[in-house]
Amino acid sequence: MTSREQLLASTFVSLADTLVADFDIVDFLHTLATRSVELLDADAAGIMLADQRGALRLMASSAEEARLLELYELQNNQGPCLDCFRSGRPVARDDLPAMRTSWPAFTDQLQGFGFHSAQALPMRLRAETVGALNLFRLKPGRLTDADLSIGQAMADVATVGLIQERAIATGEQLATQLQTALNSRVQLEQAKGVLAQRAGLHMDEAFQVMRAYARGHNRRLSDVAAQIIDGTLDDDHVRKGSRTRPGVPPRT
Amino acid sequence: MRGPRVTEILSTIAESGEGTPPARLCAECLAALPVSGVAVALMTADGPSGVVLAATDGRARQLEELQFALGEGPCAAASGSGRPVLQPDLTAVGSARWSRFDAAALAAGVRAIFAFPLRVGAIRVGVLDLYRDTAGPLTDLDLADALAFAEAATVMVLHLQDHDEHGAANAALDGPIDSQAVVHQATGMLTIQLGIGLDEALLRLRAYAYATGQTVSVVAADVVDRRLSFDDNESGATGQGWS
Repeated sequence: MTSREQLLASTFVSLADTLVADFDIVDFLHTLATRSVELLDADAAGIMLADQRGALRLMASSAEEARLLELYELQNNQGPCLDCFRSGRPVARDDLPAMRTSWPAFTDQLQGFGFHSAQALPMRLRAETVGALNLFRLKPGRLTDADLSIGQAMADVATVGLIQERAIATGEQLATQLQTALNSRVQLEQAKGVLAQRAGLHMDEAFQVMRAYARGHNRRLSDVAAQIIDGTLDDDHVRKGSRTRPGVPPRT
Repeated sequence: MRGPRVTEILSTIAESGEGTPPARLCAECLAALPVSGVAVALMTADGPSGVVLAATDGRARQLEELQFALGEGPCAAASGSGRPVLQPDLTAVGSARWSRFDAAALAAGVRAIFAFPLRVGAIRVGVLDLYRDTAGPLTDLDLADALAFAEAATVMVLHLQDHDEHGAANAALDGPIDSQAVVHQATGMLTIQLGIGLDEALLRLRAYAYATGQTVSVVAADVVDRRLSFDDNESGATGQGWS
């Protein structure tokens, strides 16, 4: 196998692992977004889900810089993610002029952030489109067909990941899953704010610290976020803990 | 898209009519869904607050108050976990989760309970409880509608809190909860700046936006970018450190 095939195989194996474990949806989608960038010819990737109002909301991004997050949110007005969600089909344009024709304001912002291409792949469950995988490139142009197939497979896995086996067994339906997932993301943003203020960090740094701590201590990202909010996990500990090796138990 | 439904519910209950907005929301919910009773109760981080905002009937109100008295029941579980608690048949084997509450509900003639948490991230705003005299699950469509009512109820309770805290209605009851990440980040920052909980921090952020005629997300962005801080003045309603 090439190294890319190996990475692809390991990605799907690790995703299968998270499906059976008591996994964390935000963390899971973050892994998918990060792997999308590693596996595809893309420089940033984000996963957006539609809320009860049909507004697209970011669940995970390969990077958490504020400017990048704005670029996702902008697409509630125009952009490939919105078109993809509405049509349920992949959306891409050949070049910047074509993008500008379709999404003038979005394309201006995109270029302002240094990107020259944006496209979106649908996240579908049966007949319903629940969101989209957004891919940004520094270079202009579309992804290759091979990349698109892999990207769509990852979007499909992400959608399956939303529907936990345990939840189906207890009769929980898709709408409930989506609402719970979106609320987890809101809680994560609140925790980022708490940690950023307490520790004097930028929002993206606060996210990295929380995620590294959760990884290093085998904890769910949502649980770490909840503990940061209720003050039972202090920020010194999280910051130091985020640099310890995996397997070291938390000092509580 | 289910989007227009939440807006539709909010505009219906914002129109002048009989009763308070919470009472109108419960009545609308009762009319729209195949249930026998509806109630909205306020929650705190510790569980039920004992405050029932509205209920369509005496039994629904009593069941809310009973959950507070017993310290157990579907509403506390839904609010705590952030997930709806759906009990389509209280008599089904293995469905009894809260022995005292379930027994009281059955004695009152209730066969099914569906409890929906009203939450903004970690903020526990309240719970929307649906009661039914007959067993059976909600259909997908009914569930989607119930979730829309739950979101409308969340928006409504937040607006009512604005009203209570600051003496006047700060905004019309039609806007959605701000979904931008920056609003929730700023809320988290304010808890540390002011030494208060997330729920109060969100109110302070919204109150400042209304008082200064800005959108909540613009104020939130100033907080996140450290252009505005709430900790260097008493009221928190006059920002300092503008650059």
